[in-house]
Amino acid sequence: MDPVLYGYMLYGVSLLTVGGMYAILALGLNVQWGFTGLFNAGIAGFFGIGAYTAAILTTNPHTSHIGGFQMPYVVAAIAAMLVAGVIAFLVGKVCLKLRSDYLAIATIGLAEIFRLIVNNETWATNGPRGISQIPRPFEGLPEPINQFAFLGVVLVTLAGVYWLMEIARKSPWGRVMTAIRDNETSAKAAGKNVETFRMEGFVIGCMIMALAGALMAHYLKFVNPQTTDPLLATFIVFVMLVIGGSANNKGAILGAFLVWTLWSASEIVAPRLLEAIGMTDAGIRSAYVRIFLIGLLLQIFLQKNPQGLLPETRPSSPGKNSS
Amino acid sequence: MAEFINFYLIPGLVLGSIYALGAIGITMTFGILRFANFAHGETMTLGVYIAWSLVQLTGFKSMVAILLVLMPVSMMLTIMVVLLIDKAFYRPLRASPVIILVIASFGLMLMIRSVTQFSWGVQLKTILPGIQPRMHLFDFFSFPLKHVFIVGGALLLMYAVHYVLTYTKIGKAMRATSDSPELARLTGINTEKVVMATWVMGAGLACAAGVFLAVDTQVDTMMGFKILLPMFAAAILGGVGKPYGAMAGGLVIGVAEELSSYPWLGDGPLLEPGYKQGIAFAIMIAILVWRPTGLFKGKSF
Repeated sequence: MDPVLYGYMLYGVSLLTVGGMYAILALGLNVQWGFTGLFNAGIAGFFGIGAYTAAILTTNPHTSHIGGFQMPYVVAAIAAMLVAGVIAFLVGKVCLKLRSDYLAIATIGLAEIFRLIVNNETWATNGPRGISQIPRPFEGLPEPINQFAFLGVVLVTLAGVYWLMEIARKSPWGRVMTAIRDNETSAKAAGKNVETFRMEGFVIGCMIMALAGALMAHYLKFVNPQTTDPLLATFIVFVMLVIGGSANNKGAILGAFLVWTLWSASEIVAPRLLEAIGMTDAGIRSAYVRIFLIGLLLQIFLQKNPQGLLPETRPSSPGKNSS
Repeated sequence: MAEFINFYLIPGLVLGSIYALGAIGITMTFGILRFANFAHGETMTLGVYIAWSLVQLTGFKSMVAILLVLMPVSMMLTIMVVLLIDKAFYRPLRASPVIILVIASFGLMLMIRSVTQFSWGVQLKTILPGIQPRMHLFDFFSFPLKHVFIVGGALLLMYAVHYVLTYTKIGKAMRATSDSPELARLTGINTEKVVMATWVMGAGLACAAGVFLAVDTQVDTMMGFKILLPMFAAAILGGVGKPYGAMAGGLVIGVAEELSSYPWLGDGPLLEPGYKQGIAFAIMIAILVWRPTGLFKGKSF
């Protein structure tokens, strides 16, 4: 194959792979923000919990951090989700009975605490140097089939999460969730236990985020506290969901791929543009320009089109169809 | 004992006064505009860089000149920027659900930071060059002179806040709006004016707190974010919407952070200094569990 074309193809595969992982994150956030109205400002924390759990459970023995469990990928992914679920449950216990701002503050705090632990408990995480040589599914296959195979893993996982979330959305459970989000008082009056439903939404969302984290750890084969800037990782998922359309699972996926493509493309274009207009340090400074622009895009959507590209569609209630 | 006071208690009080100033803005925004302002730390950073630029521009090198002349100017410039931000980004969302404002502020946090990093770069800078003199009292106390200025300046600003809230019309309107926005509107209080006053007070104090922090340590683009969580914790500890609570909460958290690494038991520090930042979070969670209204009976939504 033509080497240029081959390069483009690999670029496209990596774009889809990472975009797919962000789409899983956006689906997780959609359960919380879209359907339940919960503001989780610590997405990166739960993502990191998933990534580190999967990394520790699947790597070979290593002298500078615990490991050597060499568990199968699926077991590690389930463990990652369980750990995140338990932590989410504890956070939810404290914050979910209060107004949504408190959850936002507590979750951003939790993400920071997680970063502190990862940096300080070197016996478990190797501190700032991170965990390397994380295995990746199908990495033994020849290049580029292994890349496609891992993309397949991500897309199948994404499809599975989407399918489950669609079932949840259309179920009575999902309808109670949106009812609580839109009018808590009337949901309470209808006899729904608001706190329990919120807790379920929060825990499920965090578990999905941890699953995305586990996939990312295998994809990068390396995790450290800087793998993803915690704030940027959290923020970009919000941008994806708001632009795609919150409370719409298709919108979450569309937003994720769209914003990720824009974000990666701007990584190539922005430095050249700045250089062309004669700016010094164009490479470093272009990163700040990109963050500013993605923030501005979010503000424009919040003000002009808060519904996003694909607005929420309510499932038809079973009663309506039969009559 | 001298070591305890000089190296743990006094730095704790210094840090606490800085948190207290920052937390007043957070708690007032929370009480009056009803949302947790994630961009407050970046307002602080921006104020510091404005002050740093003024120092470079004027060439002032003495602490007195910086604190008495340049700091008020930077406070005014920061206030102007924040009022413009309110006009462009928060005012159009005034009728939206509160949580939309939280997202907007989260976005503004990153936007303001990227502007700061773009304009000034991420290298550490100092606002007050050279070695600062230490003060000695009774052969017992010993602390940097700048700490006297920081704590004194913070107390002065806190007294100013107290004066505005107690004796001026706009201050009384602010407290009334914080207690009950509907009732305040019914009595004919101009809510937009109160909102503006809240931004003015919050941004001015944030800039001052930032400059104090910069005088005490360094100028860094992440400095505001690093103390965002302690400021939130101080506001919640003091009771949301309660400026005096925020002051008390800030002092408690500052002192608690510094005292946490004192060797209370045995020879080593009680808590590894690497975990110092976790103290504010732990206090915040504890207060949310046992007394969500905070020490001063603020709001719990």
